[in-house]
Parts: sequence; structure tokens; C-alpha cells
Amino acid sequence: MILARVLGNIVATQKNVRYENASVMLCQQITPEGDETAYTVIALNSVDAGVGDTVLIVQEGWSASTAATGKPGAAIDSAIVGVVDQIDLL
Amino acid sequence: MQLARVIGTVVATVKNESLDGRKLLVVQTLNKDLQPSGKPLVAVDSVGAGIGELVFWCRGKEASFPFKREDTPTDCTIIGIVDSDFHVTQGASYQRRIS
Repeated sequence: MILARVLGNIVATQKNVRYENASVMLCQQITPEGDETAYTVIALNSVDAGVGDTVLIVQEGWSASTAATGKPGAAIDSAIVGVVDQIDLL
Repeated sequence: MQLARVIGTVVATVKNESLDGRKLLVVQTLNKDLQPSGKPLVAVDSVGAGIGELVFWCRGKEASFPFKREDTPTDCTIIGIVDSDFHVTQGASYQRRIS
């Protein structure tokens, strides 16, 4: 899983049928210290994360599809599966 | 998934038979400011995208799931067309730079 910050959402009327009723979020990967990296990723929202939230994104198809749509086998490679409250580092 | 702009088409007469009839497009991945990021890729289209459109694509094995024949050999498939550049929002106060 990667740490990311939610930047905003994306509106797409024409999309894969399995994406119906899903919210598509634009996210930026961050380091554990909170610094932004260059990697921008789109993820389906399974936990009602909002703009500005630090989130956990799973990047594996089976898990992402099951978390976001309730069933495996959809064309989904990234899903937000948690909202991070706090990160403690040594 | 990542945002991308469709910047071209690819014609390949000889290809794997499960790719027959599929549209191949050249996509340039974009960053959050919709600026190019990285090298262009060739993607299989599953939604009817065309040149110039803002789309998002799926990577890996999941890329073959939109097709009935799940053995379609692709690791990059366009799965959604963003309604417009202004439909990529970045918070209420964000002002997009219009280039």
C-alpha cells in the first residue's frame, strides 16, 4: 500500500460499467514525512475520503476491485482503503 | 489508474488475434496539473476515446478485464473519459492554470 493525499475528484460520464456509482479521486503519493512525490495516481474511493485527507491506497487488482465495488474482477488497479489519522516514525 | 491525454493512434495489421478489432491509442500520462509526465504509452481502448481527449487508464493484469476475452494481452487500457479538463478538481479554492 502507498501513502497519498487526496487532491480532488474526477468526473467521467463515459467509463467502464463497473465504475458506476464509484467516486474517482485524484491523489498524490507522499512520503511518510508528508512530502509530496512526483507520482499522481487515480484511485476509487471505498471509504468516503475527502479532499486533503491522507489515505492508504492499495495497488493490487483483486483487493482494489473488491474494496471499491464489492466484487473482484473489475478493471481497477488502485483503491483508497483507509484514511490515515497519524503516522509515527522512529 | 493515471490521467493521460490521447495523442495519437497506432495501426498494427499483424497482432495477437485477441486484439483483433481493438483500437490502439498513444497516451501521454499527465501529472496533477495536467502536464506531461513520463514517456508516452500505447493503450488499448475500451470506452471509445479519441485523439485529444483526457482519459484515465488502468495498468497491469486488470487492464484486460474490460474485454470479454480476459486473455486479451494488454497491460494498459483506457477505462474512462474525463468530461473536460475542468472536471479534474483539486479542492474548492484551487484555480486551474489555463495554458
